Amino acid sequence: MTTTPLLEIRDLHTGFHTDEGLVRSVRGVSLTVARGETLALVGESGCGKSVTAHSVLKLIPMPPGQITSGQILWQGRDLVPLSIREMNRIRAREIAIVFQEPMTALNPVYSVGEQIAEVVRQHMGLGRRAAVDRAVEMLDMVGIPDARRRVGDYPHQFSGGMRQRVMIAMALACEPKLLIADEPTTALDVTIQAQILDMLQDMKERLGTAILLITHDMGVVAETAERAVVMYAGRVVEEGTVDRLFSAPAHPYTRGLIRSIPRLDGGQGRHKRLDTIAGSIPSQYANPPGCRFAPRCPLAQADCLAAQPPMTSPSADHHFACFHSVPEAIAP
Amino acid sequence: MAVFLARRLAIAMLSVIGASVVLYAVLALAPGDVFGELVSNPGIPPDVIANMREKLGLDQPIHIRYVNWALAMVQGDWGYSLVNRIDVGTLIWQRIPATLLVVGSAQALALAIALPVGVLAAMRPYSVFDQIASTLAFIGFSLPTFFTGLLFILLFSITLDWLPFIYRADLEQTGGAWVWAQLRQSIMPVTVLALFQAASWTRYVRSSVLEVIRLDYVVTARSKGLPERVVIVKHVLRNALIPVVTMVALELPVVFGGAIVTEQIFRVPGIGSLLISSIMANDTPVIMAVTFVFACLVILFNLIADVLYRWLDPRIKLH
Repeated sequence: MTTTPLLEIRDLHTGFHTDEGLVRSVRGVSLTVARGETLALVGESGCGKSVTAHSVLKLIPMPPGQITSGQILWQGRDLVPLSIREMNRIRAREIAIVFQEPMTALNPVYSVGEQIAEVVRQHMGLGRRAAVDRAVEMLDMVGIPDARRRVGDYPHQFSGGMRQRVMIAMALACEPKLLIADEPTTALDVTIQAQILDMLQDMKERLGTAILLITHDMGVVAETAERAVVMYAGRVVEEGTVDRLFSAPAHPYTRGLIRSIPRLDGGQGRHKRLDTIAGSIPSQYANPPGCRFAPRCPLAQADCLAAQPPMTSPSADHHFACFHSVPEAIAP
Repeated sequence: MAVFLARRLAIAMLSVIGASVVLYAVLALAPGDVFGELVSNPGIPPDVIANMREKLGLDQPIHIRYVNWALAMVQGDWGYSLVNRIDVGTLIWQRIPATLLVVGSAQALALAIALPVGVLAAMRPYSVFDQIASTLAFIGFSLPTFFTGLLFILLFSITLDWLPFIYRADLEQTGGAWVWAQLRQSIMPVTVLALFQAASWTRYVRSSVLEVIRLDYVVTARSKGLPERVVIVKHVLRNALIPVVTMVALELPVVFGGAIVTEQIFRVPGIGSLLISSIMANDTPVIMAVTFVFACLVILFNLIADVLYRWLDPRIKLH
């Protein structure tokens, strides 16, 4: 058994060149995904989680996007210097991705079977007939009823939840080692969300695929992931097992996220308003020296504005970046 | 598909009949006929003219005349040109090869330029290639064909004396020499028409591709590890072509009208110049036949566009 992780991102910086200057969306993200595990990448809109994920497959538009520094090690091999042609041998075959918006992610003029068969033919060298059979098998596996008949249907003949199933079938058709799920349930209604998450979990167990799950929903994290990485304004602020993060969150931002989960047990008092994190995310153009969360942080002191706090590790499976906080359970 | 085609054909037939009624009525109501000039000729007595009118059925009410015309048309009798002293069908068939050759190759050339240039420009928007293509396209469709046509004649025929500026349908050469002469006389009219058309089509293709290339499913296609060529041709182009098909199909018959000007300038003995000379001579049967052919072409290309839509976009259904 090799000790190299499946995916290791080291100090990744990704930015976009605009008329107003360089937008630094990702500012030194490091994370690892082990074989077969589910890692959640959590943060609010604009924190750089999707850009991080898209950087792995080089799907950010270049230009204006650019990976300015850092390494993306896929089973020990750096993907950053690879050409698109070389990336095409990794895309879908080794690392696949599912997007947020199932309504627009499928090409409207090809049948779903054709769109799945296409990727299978590209990477597995199957003939047309065998590829369609594989498409039927995948559609069946992700829970599309009557898959043999529906394989020739077009995307507009499926509902949003069904289209997301098709997307997942397409992503897993070549049995990749890693599936990047970029907010796969955000655009779906709550009951469908749960079904899709269950199905993803099921597929992961069947195929042994590792999942990098991008979400802003702490509820989804608790349900599906083993470990989580919390991002804020382009940086990782806390990382650890999901058990650890929920039982003893350390970073004030993580604590704020967990406190803002709606609860039904009345722990917050019947008529109490839902907790929020005051303020809004900082400008992506600004480059102040200190902690990015400081302006919104209840614990912030003068030193927080002067320097970026380094990662501290209270235990081997828990790391966070804060000068003043200590891991502790949130009082109900 | 069969039901769709049958329905669409039925609509097309109705349109053809409607167009013929309107055209016939307009021409019948227009003042003057082919005998107009004879009336002022003192050598021909009025009763002779009246006799001729009666013989041709011109004294009958308009709806009877229309039915007569339509019945003859269906049987392949397109009427008789009173000026050219020849069957209208024969006359049109004499003129069609020149128009098809000039306009047809101009259209083909225009598409062959517009598609790749538009796609390449959209793949790298605001690049040097895109800037040059956009500038040329802007100049191209700002200049009318009668201007570029005369400019070409002045430059290539008069100043440089490289190309003939009169198009002849009756070249006396044979074999290879005929091909060469045909090529030389076609270059200018074809180029003038094609550049004008390619200029506007390039802009359409560019904006259409640009719109599609940013869509989510193109990112999906890239995430599948497909080669860039497949992403562009299969996933972008097929979707981007849907609006382009509309435009090309609806503009094709219009170009027969546009070719009237170009045909006049280069003296191409095609359908366009036939229409002009017939209007000048009040040769009603020829005007009727030519305008009717144009109407049929418009309807035909509409039909082709609808069938192409269905093929390009499975979401389209005819209700």
